[in-house]
Amino acid sequence: MLKDQDRIFKNLYNDLGTDVFSVQKRGDWTNTKDLTKKGRDWIINEIKDSQLRGRGGAGFPTGLKWSFAPKQVGSRPHYLVINGDESEPGTCKDRDILRFEPHKLIEGCLITSYAVQAHVCYIYIRGEYFVDGQKLQAAIDEAYEKKLIGKNAAGTGWDLDIYIHYGAGAYICGEETALLESIEGKKGQPRLKPPFPALIGLYGCPTIINNVETIAVVPTILRRGGKWFASLGREKNTGTKIFCISGNVNNPCNVEEEMNIPLKDLIEVHAGGVVGGWENLQAVIPGGSSMPLIPREKCETLTMDFDSLMAEKSGLGTAGIVVINKDQDIIKCMARIARFYKHESCGQCTPCREGSGWMWRMLERMARGEASKDEVEMLGDVTKQIEGHTICAFGEGSSWPVQGLLRHFKDEIKKRNKFDPIVKENKNIPYLVDQHLLDKNA
Amino acid sequence: MSLKKPAKDQPDMFEFNSGSLKDAKDIIAKYPEGKQQSAVMALLYIAQKQNNNWIPLAAMKYIAKFLDMPYIKVYEVATFYSMYNLSPVGKYFIQVCTTTPCMIRGANKLVEACREKISKNESELSNDKNCSWMEVECLGACVTAPMMQINDDYYEDLDKEKTLEILDKILKGETPKPGSYRGRINNEPENNRKTLMDIKNA
Repeated sequence: MLKDQDRIFKNLYNDLGTDVFSVQKRGDWTNTKDLTKKGRDWIINEIKDSQLRGRGGAGFPTGLKWSFAPKQVGSRPHYLVINGDESEPGTCKDRDILRFEPHKLIEGCLITSYAVQAHVCYIYIRGEYFVDGQKLQAAIDEAYEKKLIGKNAAGTGWDLDIYIHYGAGAYICGEETALLESIEGKKGQPRLKPPFPALIGLYGCPTIINNVETIAVVPTILRRGGKWFASLGREKNTGTKIFCISGNVNNPCNVEEEMNIPLKDLIEVHAGGVVGGWENLQAVIPGGSSMPLIPREKCETLTMDFDSLMAEKSGLGTAGIVVINKDQDIIKCMARIARFYKHESCGQCTPCREGSGWMWRMLERMARGEASKDEVEMLGDVTKQIEGHTICAFGEGSSWPVQGLLRHFKDEIKKRNKFDPIVKENKNIPYLVDQHLLDKNA
Repeated sequence: MSLKKPAKDQPDMFEFNSGSLKDAKDIIAKYPEGKQQSAVMALLYIAQKQNNNWIPLAAMKYIAKFLDMPYIKVYEVATFYSMYNLSPVGKYFIQVCTTTPCMIRGANKLVEACREKISKNESELSNDKNCSWMEVECLGACVTAPMMQINDDYYEDLDKEKTLEILDKILKGETPKPGSYRGRINNEPENNRKTLMDIKNA
């Protein structure tokens, strides 16, 4: 288990208060000026050394992303955008940062804005988190008042304005280019890449987009050194991460732990075990609903980081762990996730718009045992037709969980769906079958 | 994508009141000059708040003029995002999360409670026209599932009885206390906390 002094989010459960005075006791805002004095290259290199990977799901190296921003500010200003549109089922980590560690995020915004030369930062928060957004707004107001942001922010000589932009209930706006469209006041439909936002982003200007958690850990990494962060976890999967453990466990919770922690530890130690005991575990969704589920046998030895989950054909995603025990109908669970994707598809690309609904309808029938035998294979086909044929990663997000179900629970589906429309017994309803097949058998 | 349709009975006129007007101007000031279209989402919210939780077509036309953008662009935004109500939903708008993490912890019981207390079908006003409910997709409080949102507030760690209690209060016109209904503090593991104990006990 991670030592308490190595935890970054000391106020994850709000024991300590969120005003500037209390956060300074925890070390935030204490020497921001000294950190920025060491220069942009030092900041970016330190983040590269820490091997921090984006916490929003894709796991892209953060230092590398920052280095894509143009070195000189041209005629167009640079922007920093923080992605707090946390809507992935199973994930609720950013909400705790917004309401309990807002100053970590604000300080991270200042340092990152300095590193990528942005004077304006937009924090995009999902509309449902209005109350939590108000708490962040109060922290921003306090930071302005104490001159920590604004003109000559925290004495660094850098000017920074932070604004909150609320979403309005669209999962797709968590995709970075859809998020930019949304800030520009349009429908949240993803843009084609390239051009990448680092060169042409918000209002056509260079824009760096990072997740809330990624930015909130930046000040601590710089204070304690990239080497310290890299010493936690393992090569290329370093540092700490907030895991959200939900579903059929005795004590569902958010907890910050080291990367590469065994899944069994998270469930048994922190979340108080599976309801009905470990033997009653059916499957685990390891990283938010878009990641394929993992059956019980593999959960015994699984460790939680980007690369080891990739090896299991799944992914860490947002680290929202959904535990499903044997009391649940796994096909129904996945059908509900398919319904989520059907509801949230933005409708821009045909494979996703049509395919997500198709998958949902098939899965609903399979859960009731009303699907035909060929549909099981067809479902696999549909997922392959969506995956990789859409503008954004939503196509993968909607098809991977279904592929995971087919990979590990195909027998269960087949057992339940034995109906075969072209069989001899059904010959007495001729309008349902092709006439020539009947003639051949006659 | 939202499947909501605009209401049949539409008011002819909509105008921001002085409070809304000030809020709207503050919000437009957040964005660079000439990019006032960015404020459309926030302005739709303001209109929704001012107009009893729903946005009439007249408000969309008003906002289009206000921001100097085509009406259809405002309409597009209002119909794309699911949090804009295009028909009356009552003073208390209840959203029950039924996505998988909530579903496997019994969100269907919450739906049952809403059916019993408020209205038989979702998106249907209660008898006193004061509230309505609907099933929504993940609200991002999976650790405290099952949960529901009433207007801006989250009600977490629910079961059927507690939901019935909350709904009773709302039908009486009271606003129940938001947060966890099992007395848990935020997202910590209930009675099983193993981390940051020194801080907790300090």
